[in-house]
Amino acid sequence: MSGDDLSESLEGIYHIQGRDFVDAGIVSSEVKKSLQGKGIPESIIRRIAVITFEAEINIISYAQQGTIQLFIEPDAVIIEANDMGPGIADIDLALQEGYSTADDSIRELGFGAGMGLCNIRKFSDIFELTSEVGQGTHLKSIVKLNG
Amino acid sequence: MNLETLVEALGLKCKCCWEKLKNTQVRGGYAGDLLSDVMANSSAGDIWVTRQVHQNIVAVASLKDLAGIVVVQGASPDKDTLERAGKEGIPILVTDMAKFEVVGRIYRLLSEG
Ligand SMILES: Nc1ncnc2c1ncn2[C@@H]1O[C@H](COP(=O)(O)OP(=O)(O)O)[C@@H](O)[C@H]1O
Ligand SMILES: [Mg+2]
Repeated sequence: MSGDDLSESLEGIYHIQGRDFVDAGIVSSEVKKSLQGKGIPESIIRRIAVITFEAEINIISYAQQGTIQLFIEPDAVIIEANDMGPGIADIDLALQEGYSTADDSIRELGFGAGMGLCNIRKFSDIFELTSEVGQGTHLKSIVKLNG
Repeated sequence: MNLETLVEALGLKCKCCWEKLKNTQVRGGYAGDLLSDVMANSSAGDIWVTRQVHQNIVAVASLKDLAGIVVVQGASPDKDTLERAGKEGIPILVTDMAKFEVVGRIYRLLSEG
């Protein structure tokens, strides 16, 4: 399913600029549109929309810039989010529901509840998060298409 | 119930996409101001009741296929919010009522059928 060479199933690469809350959600909308009309159930598309949105918001909130890549395989959809940013020192802590380092400007917009990574994990079938402090963060989420 | 019936019953003001009200079905509702909460826990066809006015609410509603957004307590949606709602076809309704009252009324309306 998710062999190492994904290049053939790459559907799109989307660039995200840090701190650009005005355009927040645009990449997720693009991803959603790319998934429509391909026979993928709407409920699965909505799960992927949640994953992409939270990944997009995290790049905007915490990193300088990043990308989201969408892969569509015959039996799975894969979302990869890579950013250049501060990284995450303690991944277990970041994954705790309610833990957030978001500042007030982020919270005023309704973000920063500390639920983003939890939700990504909850809506993924396979979830990987790795990070290097001072370098950036890499997130991979796989959603299976058949059960 | 269609969104037009709900809007009329509660006396909501429509700020965007009135042409969609008649053909939009409301299947349930969700209330909240934390976008991650609404992303994770709302269902398609829900009417969403919130105090948020920033344009990110349109992205959330559109990604989750929500029926529309009710902005409460007399808050006015940003100009950008209405523009984006127009583009994405997300109805934006406003009211002076507080969230508690709006949610209670919608809940009763939906359970009566
Ligand atoms: N891409 C990222 N780069 C750096 N830190 C991150 C990134 N994503 C998440 N974090 C850290 O993990 C915490 C929890 O993230 P999340 O669960 O999405 O909640 P929230 O964004 O609401 O704080 C964030 O507050 C932040 O400290
Ligand atoms: Mg987050």
